[in-house]
Amino acid sequence: MIGGRAPTAGHTYSVPELQAMAKELRRDIIQTIYTAGSGHPGGSLSELEILISLYFRVMRYDPENPGWADRDRFILSKGHASPGFYAVLSRAGYFPREELATYRQLNSRIQGHAHPMTPGVEMNSGSLGMGLSFALGCALAARLDGKDYMVYALLGDGECDEGEIWEAAMSAAHHKATNLVAIVDRNRIQNDRFTDDVMTLDPLDRKWRDFGWRVFETDGHDLPALLDTFEKTQRRRTRPTVIIAHTVKGKGVSFMENNPGFHGRAPNADEYQKALEELA
Amino acid sequence: MVAQRKMASTRQTYGETLLDMADSFPDIVVLGGDLNVSVFTHLWRDKYPERFFDFGPAEQNLVGVGAGLAANGKIPFVSTFSVFGVGRPFDQLRVLVSQGNLNMKLVCTHAGILTGEDGMSAHGIEDLSLICSLPAFTVVSPADSVETVQAIKTAASTEGPFYIRLSRAATPVVHEEDYRFQLGKAEVMREGSDVTIFATGVMVSVSLDAADMLAAQGVEARVVNIHTLKPVDEEAIVAGARETGAVVSAEEHYFHGGLGSIVAQVVGQNQPVPVEMVALQGYSESARAEELMVKCGLTPEKVKDAALKAVARKK
Repeated sequence: MIGGRAPTAGHTYSVPELQAMAKELRRDIIQTIYTAGSGHPGGSLSELEILISLYFRVMRYDPENPGWADRDRFILSKGHASPGFYAVLSRAGYFPREELATYRQLNSRIQGHAHPMTPGVEMNSGSLGMGLSFALGCALAARLDGKDYMVYALLGDGECDEGEIWEAAMSAAHHKATNLVAIVDRNRIQNDRFTDDVMTLDPLDRKWRDFGWRVFETDGHDLPALLDTFEKTQRRRTRPTVIIAHTVKGKGVSFMENNPGFHGRAPNADEYQKALEELA
Repeated sequence: MVAQRKMASTRQTYGETLLDMADSFPDIVVLGGDLNVSVFTHLWRDKYPERFFDFGPAEQNLVGVGAGLAANGKIPFVSTFSVFGVGRPFDQLRVLVSQGNLNMKLVCTHAGILTGEDGMSAHGIEDLSLICSLPAFTVVSPADSVETVQAIKTAASTEGPFYIRLSRAATPVVHEEDYRFQLGKAEVMREGSDVTIFATGVMVSVSLDAADMLAAQGVEARVVNIHTLKPVDEEAIVAGARETGAVVSAEEHYFHGGLGSIVAQVVGQNQPVPVEMVALQGYSESARAEELMVKCGLTPEKVKDAALKAVARKK
């Protein structure tokens, strides 16, 4: 059993250890996508510290028993950012790291968009907007079963254009899903362009607040700040909680950072070498 | 010539059947979209409020939450009108429920033109076509209230996604109380050797009446109730084609992608014989259900005519 809330949690990772892990997993992400020849690097790199915080300090789960009834649930709603998710799941012990090389290949368990055929994945994904509803279903199931697990859903900021996100937001507050935490990966770039050019989201904090949510904002790459924010979500839970995590698309690779071109394309051979050098 | 049959509301039967199952299926939860009085889930809402969740008319979220509950061991019965329950959240049904192969039960009422006065936007005439295109779904279109009870109970006790199609209007009861529904096994309701009529939903009753008319003209029609459209009982369809040499499909649904398409596919692949289809040809309008059935040609006379045409086409 791993995770900050687990009574028998094993190793507690220090922040420097998590920061070192982030660098390693960034290399895994680049390698995974380069090997596959396709995939979504930008959002995988922007979400990474959020996932690392959840999987190595916040959530309780058991990779030996992915269906453990009392596990905290994590729902990747922005399912295209699967390489980041797989890098973390693999490091957490759900499957061997070597399997990352099978991403998007025939007969692989790790699909282009996250699917529950992969150990540790709760929900099929690839069509935006669905994860918050699904997460609410998980949160209500906890209530029906008298369980105290938490449910975390990671949303893209571009994904918040989907109407279903706001249907789910309204209903989660109505049904008092206090064990539900959404995280918006606010990297300000969506498929085509900058979010400000495609669809205005701001004031995003007020939108969530007006829908009945408690809102936190944090730097989504600053691990101490993220951990502190997740800690705060556990206090006085009377409403669903959203964390708007301000991130940088393509974080860690200079030419991918803030570059809409790397939302959904693999690096070429030169770019791959350069990225690995930067992440060395 | 038209038999007098008792009328019963399949949607009311649905609501009452849910109540019957509350104790034996503790994992059942009911999800509604602000149409609970119309789909009779208000009976459950008022009796088991802790096992009921309303989402308002927001069907994408309705199905998405149902999927999340199903993934965590619950048996969600998700209900609204067929136009809203299938059309609106089709992508959630596809990605979450079908591709995730989740144990969610979508029970929609107000299917087809029997919805009547509310008009074409309220007539779910495409639902079977849409839902049958989703690989994981089992699809059941009960012929009457007696069959509805058992279809609902079967859905609760059978793992996997289900769609069950019910009507707004009360429909004729064609089964005795001791009838035993078998999922995926078509029911031969009348034997005949000249032509086979494959019918579903309210058209089973209409087709039985057509068979009486045909008998008066010396044509013996077999009438088969295809309550399960998916997986369909191919054996029963092939047997009808082989043993009677001509077939008719009869459904209260658009002709594309429903029972007619399924029957034609099975017959064409296995036992090519003349196929005639009685189905809706397009959108309808506001009027009373029985008026629409006549205007749209879903009558015993039209089924009879189709059967005679199929017989005449035999080589």
